Amino acid sequence: MSGFDFLTTRLETALGWGRKFSLFHYPFITACCGMEYMSAACAHFDIDRFGAGLTRFSPRQADLLLVVGTVPHKLAPVLRTVYDQMLEPKWVIAFGACAVSGGIYRNYAVVQGIDRIVPVDVYIPGCPPRPETVLDGLMKLQDKIQNQKQDWRWARKP
Amino acid sequence: MGSEALIDAIRTTLGPAVEAVMDSFGDPVLILRPESVRASMAALREPPFDFAVLLDLTCVDYAAGEGRFELVYHLFSLSRNVRLRLKASVAAADPVVDSLAGLWKNAEWLEREVFDMFGVRFEGHPYLRRLLTYEGFEGHPLRKSYPWRLAQPRIPLKDNE
Repeated sequence: MSGFDFLTTRLETALGWGRKFSLFHYPFITACCGMEYMSAACAHFDIDRFGAGLTRFSPRQADLLLVVGTVPHKLAPVLRTVYDQMLEPKWVIAFGACAVSGGIYRNYAVVQGIDRIVPVDVYIPGCPPRPETVLDGLMKLQDKIQNQKQDWRWARKP
Repeated sequence: MGSEALIDAIRTTLGPAVEAVMDSFGDPVLILRPESVRASMAALREPPFDFAVLLDLTCVDYAAGEGRFELVYHLFSLSRNVRLRLKASVAAADPVVDSLAGLWKNAEWLEREVFDMFGVRFEGHPYLRRLLTYEGFEGHPLRKSYPWRLAQPRIPLKDNE
């Protein structure tokens, strides 16, 4: 059956290639990092060069969730719902110090990192991150997508 | 009417409601008796004082003492171009003061915020409920007695700390 193994490997490579260059992202923007997201998304830095230029404003049409900014406890159920509404396969980027760890906000109100709510694939640090950092994080996610086991049966993540 | 004359006129009108007059970087500060806040504000809002705008209404928790919670009101007179700050201390055991919602519409949300953050009740407020925190939040987070950094998650969170 080795011939079929070869076929599966090629299929995984092709799927990974297709998926990493067609990231439809949903921007979940809550704070000042949104300015850097706009800068990265628009013509000057242009995430469209990496195939992530198509912003979808419905989580049901997106496969990359960009959590940009501070997420307080009041908003946590909303973020969870948005993530649950996205179809598999899906990825999450924590954009900026607040989304990564809560940032400067260590108090009663702010969730200390969105990985307490949803699984995160790539963390982009910075307060706010430079657009170059965003592009670096995006390319790291593309590497991850290319090299991960392609879940073409669309099983749910844990 | 200069600032001194204005303060004298206010003191004459309000009488014993004014406990003291202070100065903060050149701006007059009146200390009011808590039970006379509503009547004093109603008088200040009308001519001749004409403080038509309630700029801000907030609270300070001094953690100890009989008058633990100090309410701070900022008024502004458009016709005089004068600002006035008023303070009133309420007791720690049962912090309650009369609502200004009948005088200024924006007092409704300002008082709801103070109620949410400090637990000061406003007598006569039409719908005194939490403004910033969510349903089921227990306690008042800006009180000094609120446990340090105590979060109240609405959904189960993974523990990564």
